[in-house]
Amino acid sequence: MYSEKVMEHFRNPRNMGEIQDADGAGTVGNPVCGDMMTIYIKVKDNRIEDIKFKTFGCGAAVATSSMITELAKGKTLEDALKITRKDVADALEGLPPVKMHCSNLAADALKAAIEDYYKKQKGRVENQ
Amino acid sequence: MSTPKKVYMDHIAGKPVDSRVIDAMLSFIKEFYGNPSSIHTFGHEPRKALEEARAKIAKLINAERVESIIFTSGATESNNMAVKGVAYRSMDRGKHVIASSIEHMSVINPCKYLKTRGFDVTFLPVDKYGFVDLDSLERELREETVLVSIQYANGEIGTVQPVREISQIVHRKNAYLHVDATAANGQVPIDVQKDGIDLLTLSSNDMYGPKGIGALYIRSGVRIEPIIHGGGQERGLRSGTENVPSIFGFGKAAEIAFNEMQAESERLSRLRDKLIKGLLESIPYAFLNGHPRNRLPDNAAVRFNFIEGESILLSLDMMGVAASSGSACTAKTLEPSHVLLATGLKHEEAHGSVLFTLGRQNTEEEVDYVVQTMPDIVKRLRVMSPLTPKELLS
Repeated sequence: MYSEKVMEHFRNPRNMGEIQDADGAGTVGNPVCGDMMTIYIKVKDNRIEDIKFKTFGCGAAVATSSMITELAKGKTLEDALKITRKDVADALEGLPPVKMHCSNLAADALKAAIEDYYKKQKGRVENQ
Repeated sequence: MSTPKKVYMDHIAGKPVDSRVIDAMLSFIKEFYGNPSSIHTFGHEPRKALEEARAKIAKLINAERVESIIFTSGATESNNMAVKGVAYRSMDRGKHVIASSIEHMSVINPCKYLKTRGFDVTFLPVDKYGFVDLDSLERELREETVLVSIQYANGEIGTVQPVREISQIVHRKNAYLHVDATAANGQVPIDVQKDGIDLLTLSSNDMYGPKGIGALYIRSGVRIEPIIHGGGQERGLRSGTENVPSIFGFGKAAEIAFNEMQAESERLSRLRDKLIKGLLESIPYAFLNGHPRNRLPDNAAVRFNFIEGESILLSLDMMGVAASSGSACTAKTLEPSHVLLATGLKHEEAHGSVLFTLGRQNTEEEVDYVVQTMPDIVKRLRVMSPLTPKELLS
């Protein structure tokens, strides 16, 4: 039911793990629904210099998390914010229809991480 | 680790047809294509085969007479026939039906359908092991209760119900007891007379017969309304030309089950206990679903905290092992198994469930292989999961 690309990312997830001193982190979903993911980012010169993920969930949840880290790495924050759920699904050569809604949360998690980064930056400016 | 093997431990989803059943069916299909209802010679052998199979199935469950077995297209139809057939027939007497909350969907959904037709339906709670609450059963039974439907055993968690006790309670009132034996048939001895069962659902594939065929035992004297009307086959209770080759195979499967059940169930129980023990001992935060002893011989249902079932199944598949899960992500509904939730598990616990169902072809080496393979799979997914406590990873 999954594309070969999804299975490939499930078998060998890219950028899995945590960034201890992350500049931004975003968590979406919850364990009750069966899918939950956290994206961590390091930002340098307005670009995503490093990105990692941690995911609890099904094969699609793992593969979309892995894929978004590949899509976002090296992009400016503005460009990274433009990545949609559809972009992630397309890059994975499609997802089963039932998974499009429930497990395709990675784009949301990335947005949350970038917003967290902006919030922290704002806090820093205000503190100065 | 060595090259992945192919280990099939998903017998609840589908069983291989026994080679002796295949042989019997093949020779039958080639020669006998007549209709058992025909008066001419071509109808004789099919009719004989039909009645032989009926007798073998009657013998397996110790039915009081052979004609009490009605062939259907499988367990789903048998369950529909029992629930709706009894309800429609008895509605003058009462419009209340009781079922356990861990029945198969082919009992639950007919019950819900009856609700839309003016029936009152009660779903009984179960305890953490999945045993039906007998006090609730006693309390909920009323004069107008016409049917109680409780499975012999649950396929997802393996729990075997105290059917005789249930029967005594049900028969103190005027209700009929329907028992869905889909998961249990061919694994545990069923005696409809001693057990006090009025209607019993049987499934061919669940005893290594072909798919698409099943039966409903209806005790003599129990009257039900047919749900399929037509040419009046099966004593008018289930119209449609009989699927004789499959029925023939089903009969053969029942005969094999009758002869071999005891030895095979003892063998499977040993493998099951080894598998459960191996998994629970080698993996932290791993738990058993269902009861430690009172469970089906083939059923090893376990759950692992902090990870999700579909990911476990995909990982197992990569290692050549086929199993199933009660996770939402493997269901059409996006809800975790209603059975696991009814036993009081939280959603996130139910999501991490894996079900191994053993069968005739499984060996001790295969059990050892799964026990060796599983810890690494769980560990890899726990490293990935944001829910895993830090101390578990160090």
